[in-house]
Amino acid sequence: MASTATTPPAPSSAQDAPEKLSLLEKFKKGDEAAFLITFASALTIILITCLLVQRLWADSALSRHAFGWHFLASSDWDPVNDQYGALPFIYGTVLTAFLALIIAVPVGMGAAIFLAELAPRKLSNVLTFMIELLAAVPSVIYGLLGIFVLLPILRDRIVPVLQGVFGFLPIFKGAFYGVSYFSAACVLAIMIVPFIVSISREVLLAVPQSQREAMMALGATKWDVTWKSVVPYAQRGMAGSIFLALARALGETMAVTMVIGNVPSITASLLSPGYTIAAVIANEFTEATGDLYVNALIELALVLFAVTMIINALARLLMLGMKSQETAH
Amino acid sequence: MATSTPPIELRRLARARTARFGDPEPLDTPSQPQFTVEDMNFFYGDFHALHNLNLTLPSLRVTGLIGPSGCGKSTFLRTLNRMYETVARTRVTGKILFGEANLFDYAPTLLRRRVGMVFQKPSPFPKSIFDNIAYGLRVNHLCSRSELHDKVVHCLQRAALWNEVKDKLNQSAFSLSGGQQQRLCIARALAVDPDVLLLDEPCSALDPIATSKIEDLIFDLRRSCTIIMVTHNMLQAARISDYVGFFLQGKLIEFDAARKMFQFPSNKLTEDYITGRFG
Amino acid sequence: MSRARANSPRAHAYPPPHKKVINVVMLTLTGLCALLVVSVLLFILGYLVWNGARSLSWNFFTKLPVPAGQTGGGMANAIVGSAKLLLLASAIGVPIGVLGGVYLAEFGKGWFSFAVRYTTDLLNGVPSIVIGIFVYTLIVIPQHHFSTLAGGVALGIMMIPIALRSTDEFLRAVPNTLREGGLALGASKAQTVVTVIIPAAMQGIVTGIMLNLARVAGETAPLLFTAFGNQFWSSGWNGPTASLPVVIFNYAISPYEDWHRQAWAAGFVLLSGIFLTNIVARLLVSGRRSTSRS
Repeated sequence: MASTATTPPAPSSAQDAPEKLSLLEKFKKGDEAAFLITFASALTIILITCLLVQRLWADSALSRHAFGWHFLASSDWDPVNDQYGALPFIYGTVLTAFLALIIAVPVGMGAAIFLAELAPRKLSNVLTFMIELLAAVPSVIYGLLGIFVLLPILRDRIVPVLQGVFGFLPIFKGAFYGVSYFSAACVLAIMIVPFIVSISREVLLAVPQSQREAMMALGATKWDVTWKSVVPYAQRGMAGSIFLALARALGETMAVTMVIGNVPSITASLLSPGYTIAAVIANEFTEATGDLYVNALIELALVLFAVTMIINALARLLMLGMKSQETAH
Repeated sequence: MATSTPPIELRRLARARTARFGDPEPLDTPSQPQFTVEDMNFFYGDFHALHNLNLTLPSLRVTGLIGPSGCGKSTFLRTLNRMYETVARTRVTGKILFGEANLFDYAPTLLRRRVGMVFQKPSPFPKSIFDNIAYGLRVNHLCSRSELHDKVVHCLQRAALWNEVKDKLNQSAFSLSGGQQQRLCIARALAVDPDVLLLDEPCSALDPIATSKIEDLIFDLRRSCTIIMVTHNMLQAARISDYVGFFLQGKLIEFDAARKMFQFPSNKLTEDYITGRFG
Repeated sequence: MSRARANSPRAHAYPPPHKKVINVVMLTLTGLCALLVVSVLLFILGYLVWNGARSLSWNFFTKLPVPAGQTGGGMANAIVGSAKLLLLASAIGVPIGVLGGVYLAEFGKGWFSFAVRYTTDLLNGVPSIVIGIFVYTLIVIPQHHFSTLAGGVALGIMMIPIALRSTDEFLRAVPNTLREGGLALGASKAQTVVTVIIPAAMQGIVTGIMLNLARVAGETAPLLFTAFGNQFWSSGWNGPTASLPVVIFNYAISPYEDWHRQAWAAGFVLLSGIFLTNIVARLLVSGRRSTSRS
């Protein structure tokens, strides 16, 4: 009759000695194992990131030692004589990114305000869905369209008009062949608009309803409510979205490579061809011969990494402030 | 000062459970202790939530815990199956015996299998009705595959839910009404055959009819299972409890048989509370 | 007197007329902005469908590329290459990302959690070309040749941060009552997570992974010096392989008319895949929302 099967404890059996789990049973229950496995994955992410920084740092050693800080200030990019300076690329990167922001921010903000505050809910949902699809278009497709559609339009339609009106300005001087800072900025602008729209829209939607109701109760128009109470409240978050877009624009590679012309020079005219950090890496890395050349390109990657990290961190900081502001109210 | 007596309704309820026909008499005959709590203190970080509790919870009885919200009754309930351990920076001092063994000697998972718990909001898993009941049996490897179906049926019958769900065992648990979901949760807790069932305001999210069904269920269960129930509804406590504990600001003010407490509270604070003079 | 009083609501009417005009003007302006952005999408779609579908043929899916200057051929190797790269990328990115997300949502606390979140954001912000360089120094240099493996690792690393954040978010959205419900039945924390929490968040997690895949499917920059490119079939994981995005890039900047045509076709195929994945993934989430409400 002595059965080894454990019978469920009778109600009064609480007086039994407490059962303790054996080591094997503990492992079956899996808490330690699950913790270790997931912890290892989380740790892997930190390790990968550290390794990334370490590799960029170590593999750019030759170039860092050879040129020092002068690397950032020199505009001499001459693989034949092993002279490398990053200035033309930094100039091109910063110029195209800011130009793109100038074009994209007003449009993006306007669209975000429309979608979050002014448009009827259903229309807004449909448009938002489409804008999120736009954000999913890969950059090489933008580049493809840039080469075959945007460049001809700019060359034949838009730039002649611009030169006709603003031709006296140094930024619009010179012959225009299509590939240029300006073209790159236009493609970049189109690429970053969806990001600005979707992030700003979310920030606007997170503004508490009470902010709107107070002014609506006074009989203000929808625009008044939006402009005077919602937008000021969401300012920091919207600024954050601009920083995120900037970081993307700085790091964008393919589309820019395809339309910027790839000439390492520093010119005032937006219509002349140029180069960016990402583009020069994409174009020259596989063809680079000589350790110093490769190291210089990796140092460029390091610079790009550092800059985008700083801008991303600033963006997070702004968004973070936004969040704590929300919870405070 | 002349002591005012509790409202007539409460007194009547406590004396003879006449509120609803057929409600059984309170069982306040002596029984084995289920939990013995000595000098227990509870801390959330620096906040001292429970002060020096000393009480004995009887087995196979229904114990109601009452008190204004924030008085620590739910916290106390959560120490009995050590559920508080899932919250960061909580700490318990003092001694708690489960039966005759130290509560803290148990592995939490084993303890929680023997001390089941049902929460305020019905919380069925997003699985089928059958899988909800079978969950506890499966994770604890309590029965073989072939027994599973019979066990589930038995649990549903024990929780008086069988007739309502027998045709839709494979449907999602969310297809049930709120009251049915809560009874499903009770059945789910019963499936692992616990010694004790902790109920944390199980009826606060339910309508009166669903509530009365759960109360019926509690009466049915009290022969086989110790029930400890937090409630903010005094009438409910009077209807179903055999024993009642009154908490106020982290202290146990009074613990006694329900029959006595609702008729002749020995503490002025208890009396004020059950006569509705504060809160 | 009575006249004045009757008029007064009108006289003090708020908003005043000029505010109403501003309101309409701004509504129109912002609406035009939104329209402009959306029309870009319609334009891209229309243009790609027009140019791409026209250039598409059965050969595109079945034939290898032909040498420069000749017409015909297809991109069968690039399609297979892309598929292989994505498979490898998911094999690396999904487990690490999802498990890391489980750690953050269920086990993590304190400074380590903060560090993981912070690094994840950092990694997410790293330009894709930099990831390419990183994997080049990590795998291509020691191996002395480009490989499918390196390309897959690069894309996998790009998948990690988003897989992690989306898993973390969807797990956090699972109500705490389910966690407590599992624990109260004597399940361990790990059992609760595996048998209750993750199934409850499964649809969300899958959606996140699909969107993630759609994103890296179009990545070109990290593949340039990892998977490189290949005119022929690439067998195994150790040789360089063609992939759709890189082929689009190379063909687009080439001087050959027929290659341009092929680039359009490839762009159309790539974008269709990405959009379809996006749409299905988003429908999955919205469908789930409506069923859980009912």
